[in-house]
Amino acid sequence: MSGEASKTIPTSELWAGGRSPFSVSYGKMYMWFFLISDALTFGGLLTSLGFYKHKYADIWPASEKVFVHFPFCGETHLPLLYVALMTFILIVSSVTMVLAVEAGHRMNRSKVIFWLGLTVVGGFFFLFSQVWEWSHYIHGSELGALQLSDGQIAHWADEGKHAIILANGTALGAQESAPLIANAAEVFGANLHVNEYGTQLYANFFFFVTGFHGFHVFSGVVINLIILIMVIKGVCQKRGHYELVEKTGLYWHFVDLVWVFVFTFYYLL
Amino acid sequence: MERDDIIEYSLDAHHSEEEGKALRKKIVFVTILLATVTAIEVLLGVWWSSLHLPWTMVKLGFIGMTLLKAGYIVLVFMHLGDERKSLKWAILGPYMLFISYLIFICLTEAMKLYDLRHLFGWL
Repeated sequence: MSGEASKTIPTSELWAGGRSPFSVSYGKMYMWFFLISDALTFGGLLTSLGFYKHKYADIWPASEKVFVHFPFCGETHLPLLYVALMTFILIVSSVTMVLAVEAGHRMNRSKVIFWLGLTVVGGFFFLFSQVWEWSHYIHGSELGALQLSDGQIAHWADEGKHAIILANGTALGAQESAPLIANAAEVFGANLHVNEYGTQLYANFFFFVTGFHGFHVFSGVVINLIILIMVIKGVCQKRGHYELVEKTGLYWHFVDLVWVFVFTFYYLL
Repeated sequence: MERDDIIEYSLDAHHSEEEGKALRKKIVFVTILLATVTAIEVLLGVWWSSLHLPWTMVKLGFIGMTLLKAGYIVLVFMHLGDERKSLKWAILGPYMLFISYLIFICLTEAMKLYDLRHLFGWL
């Protein structure tokens, strides 16, 4: 790639003052600094998720057993496929964004509008996918689960609700289950007070991590939309460069990057 | 008033049609790679237990694949690989230092707490 950063300039000249030693505009550098701080926030969130996952390793729910549904397919068993689709949507919208940046480097306005427009569409697709996933998660399953008197979540071993499986995986017989069931409450779905999928922290982290990321996606879509309008109005063409697209592109790729980590550390591990 | 103390680096951020073609080829390659790795991750996540693979190995595989994807996104899509080395390491160095310490300290504590939970029978 051409540009100032690929020129060979002696160190003494680079650091002698009067120019950026990194050969980037201040806007791009500050976008990077913002992304570092944001990455630390997400890093902290995902590390604390790892903390509780290890602390409660024996009772932490397995995500491939929680996320098994797909829209318009009814009661199917398609583990993680929907999350994989969401990941794919975000990757594709990241690709359209990098193509918009590339077109900007060639000062090709119509191509920038095309690719940036597709990126906005991809962002909306991701947001609506997340709305579906949240509503499904909050609504819960038909069968529900059981909250025992000590607060632990147990799952039904059979459709007839006679026997239960404890959070640590121990399956009890109907006779052992009966006194526990008598003192327990049925729970359906998840919110910040109850969680049928397992320990309460699992739901709290789901809402906080995917919610915080989803809010980033939402702001990204809004910023992309504003810059798309600016590009259509010819602001970048007049300035002689498309760095605006490059900077919003950095943010958008970062959102994709975070999802790659959320996908692994929340859904897969 | 025109300022002569700021070099407009962005004015230099252009490339020719040929360079664009090569870049697009690279983008297509990375896209296919990212999609393939994601597909492998999902298949492994669904089937690892029925394939009788040890969980530690699967876990390290997931982390390795995630870092591979992250590397391609940051270095190619975010063009950090094309920036000056000083900028690249000013961004990556401190972050890696802090985050690896945080991960180390949190997971060590968490595993200790796991043992204590079982030792004293806490929930």
